Amino acid sequence: MFASLKKAPLSARIGLCIVLINCFVALFAPLIAPYGETSVVGNVWESFSKEFYLGTDHLGRDLFTRMVYGARNTIALAFMTTAISFLLGTTLGFVAATKGGWIDQIFSRGIDIIMAFPTLIFALMVLSVMGSSTTVLIFTIAILDSTRVYRLSRAVAMDIEVMEFVEAARLRGEGLWWIMRHEILPNAMPPLVAEFGLRFCFVFLFIASLSFLGLGLQPPLADWGGMVRENAGAITFGIYIPLLPAAAIAVLTVGVNLIVDWFLHLSSGLHE
Amino acid sequence: MKKETLLEIRNLFIEGHYENRWNTIVENISLSLKRGEVLGLIGESGAGKSTLGLAAMGYTRQGCRLASGSIKLEGMELMGASENDLRDVRGKKIAYVAQSAAASFNPFHRIIKQYAEGPVRHGLMSGREAEKEAVEIYDRLFLPDPESIGYRYPHELSGGQLQRAMVAMAMSCKPDIIVFDEPTTALDVTTQIEVLAAVKEITQKMNKAALYITHDLAVVAQVAHRIMVLRNGKLVEEGETRGLIDHPQEQYTRELLNVRSLREEKEDSDRLDIILDIEDVDASYTDNVNVLEDISLTVRRGRTVAVVGESGSGKSTLARVITGLLPPLRGRVTFLGEELSPKLENRDRESLRRLQMIYQMPDTALNPRQTVRTAIGRPLHFYFGLSKQEAEPRIKALLEKIELDPDSYIDRYTTELSGGEKQRICIARALAAEPDLIICDEVTSALDQLVAEGILTLLQDLQNEMNISYLFITHDLATVKAISDKIVIMLEGRIVEQGTKKEILAPPYHEYTDKLLASVPEMDTDWLDTLLAERAKIFLEEDTHI
Repeated sequence: MFASLKKAPLSARIGLCIVLINCFVALFAPLIAPYGETSVVGNVWESFSKEFYLGTDHLGRDLFTRMVYGARNTIALAFMTTAISFLLGTTLGFVAATKGGWIDQIFSRGIDIIMAFPTLIFALMVLSVMGSSTTVLIFTIAILDSTRVYRLSRAVAMDIEVMEFVEAARLRGEGLWWIMRHEILPNAMPPLVAEFGLRFCFVFLFIASLSFLGLGLQPPLADWGGMVRENAGAITFGIYIPLLPAAAIAVLTVGVNLIVDWFLHLSSGLHE
Repeated sequence: MKKETLLEIRNLFIEGHYENRWNTIVENISLSLKRGEVLGLIGESGAGKSTLGLAAMGYTRQGCRLASGSIKLEGMELMGASENDLRDVRGKKIAYVAQSAAASFNPFHRIIKQYAEGPVRHGLMSGREAEKEAVEIYDRLFLPDPESIGYRYPHELSGGQLQRAMVAMAMSCKPDIIVFDEPTTALDVTTQIEVLAAVKEITQKMNKAALYITHDLAVVAQVAHRIMVLRNGKLVEEGETRGLIDHPQEQYTRELLNVRSLREEKEDSDRLDIILDIEDVDASYTDNVNVLEDISLTVRRGRTVAVVGESGSGKSTLARVITGLLPPLRGRVTFLGEELSPKLENRDRESLRRLQMIYQMPDTALNPRQTVRTAIGRPLHFYFGLSKQEAEPRIKALLEKIELDPDSYIDRYTTELSGGEKQRICIARALAAEPDLIICDEVTSALDQLVAEGILTLLQDLQNEMNISYLFITHDLATVKAISDKIVIMLEGRIVEQGTKKEILAPPYHEYTDKLLASVPEMDTDWLDTLLAERAKIFLEEDTHI
């Protein structure tokens, strides 16, 4: 692992730095932020100064503080959502691929039905009916995203499932769980990890866009998508404030993608 | 008349890049090839034969380079020639026929379009002219329906036909030299003959030169005028075919010649316990066509039963029925006196343990993400409930049994092993379960001759030591001769003949057995010619009757 890290190209190193800095900030948010997450400390849309490094937002809260807490909320939320969607998607996908037959049919057609709805519309519908709590948000996005994960993991597992070592395990009398966990999963890891990175970005952007529409994380919690929306009006006055959280979203997305690219490169065995 | 020299290689060194440095993989090889001559290159895998064959075209695989020496093709030096010059030569003056035609054709284009690609790109003729010539060449290579066969897609042809279509394709630009890289290795004995006949047709009647690369000395004896034996990139011995086969000078060549030895006979005594008894089994994948019909056979303790047939004869399906992967439509499988449930899910762990299987492709039969310890240790834990510490000495003992050094192999990942070593690990994994019967599904056909010989000897020793029975599925009659006590011959899902080795392999032969036996190349340089002449005679006679 460290050996391949040393050989990593510049782009991957940059990506890694971005992600590590973001994670660091997210983890130690209360220590880094100079003010409280929701405390109003100055005037509306103040420019940056020694007191407020990045200025203040539309309610007069310190923008730097909001950005730091925003990183924490957005990244934690996106990570949890992606993890749940992977747990769900890969388990179902592997079961469908190993079992085949009618189980596969039921799973796959059910997933087809969910996929038939445009995701944003579906999410908006669920969130407006169930109310926009964090739990509902996480599970809605996780379930929507798990359909994509299911597709991928089923396809990957189908390829592995026909290998003779899986047949050998079956002839040994191994159970479904063991076959999935020990024979299929280790061999499916490279594409799944790469997909995890991409999914993480999509979830992250999806939460941002839901927040922008007002159905994501609810105020006064800070998150980057919400911050863009709250301060959107400022742009008409030539104030830079909404651009900062937007830039944060962009930078993290690019960072994660740089790492994913590198990983895909490694796992595909290309060395040029 | 002195024939012109077409290809002349002098003191060639080729290097490959691995373990972070350049290593010599072909060392100081010189050869020359005259018009109308076939030179056989023979050796185990890793001997550098394919590398040398490709080098004759001025080409190396990725990670290799031509280090020094000279390659002269019709007077033109290929060492250091520009990509453009090389492109002009390849296909036009020298062409290549790969081992696996099925993998080398583009599945989305018709055969004849792929044939025409070369000559059209080289600007030799138009697509239409090329197609017209293709039909002629298909005819000369004995392809059925030469008029229309080219308009089929690759998946619509059999393996032997594809390989011949590939040979035809190599001929498309009328090159003077063709490099054949193991063109018959992936084929079974009866289709191998079709391809060998095509190769002979080209080299003799069309007066081309050829490099013929193979690991099978008996095959190369049929087509080559001279043979070079290679090992680890070095020349072991070179000579005229007949002289080399009759009087090999080097120990290594003698080993290559001798591998097909017989083992001492054991009687298939009726007093021995019946381990496996199959009665009247029919099986099918779809509803209407039976892949197996009326299969009955028995395996006794400590004995080897060989199931022989061409690909598609249903032998592997039989293994699936026995293991429970494919429940039969009719009939019973009795194992150790108890009737086995037709479905795998309903079988108890004990009967699963006592029936083990070894596969054809050791590459896919072992999980690439497991170490040797896990691969062998899992059955010990699964069947006998041994803990990690308890399993350790057993794993080491098993590794010793399969003649691999326990300390250096136990922590390796299965991808870090060679084909033969992998197959040994598969054997150890089966042995770990302490089985009564092992089904061996073509266990040696993906391996080189010498490596395969090692595996067969190992299986033999294990049988003598532990009294295990084998059901040995194979298409290779040489293997059958070497290891079996009883032989079952299958054709199109039915058993055509079964009996002890003596009964089957001695006259009078059953008609189909005779054909199979006659198709195995013998170490006799005239074998192919005699066989083809005989078949042609029969063919003519049949013709005149009509």
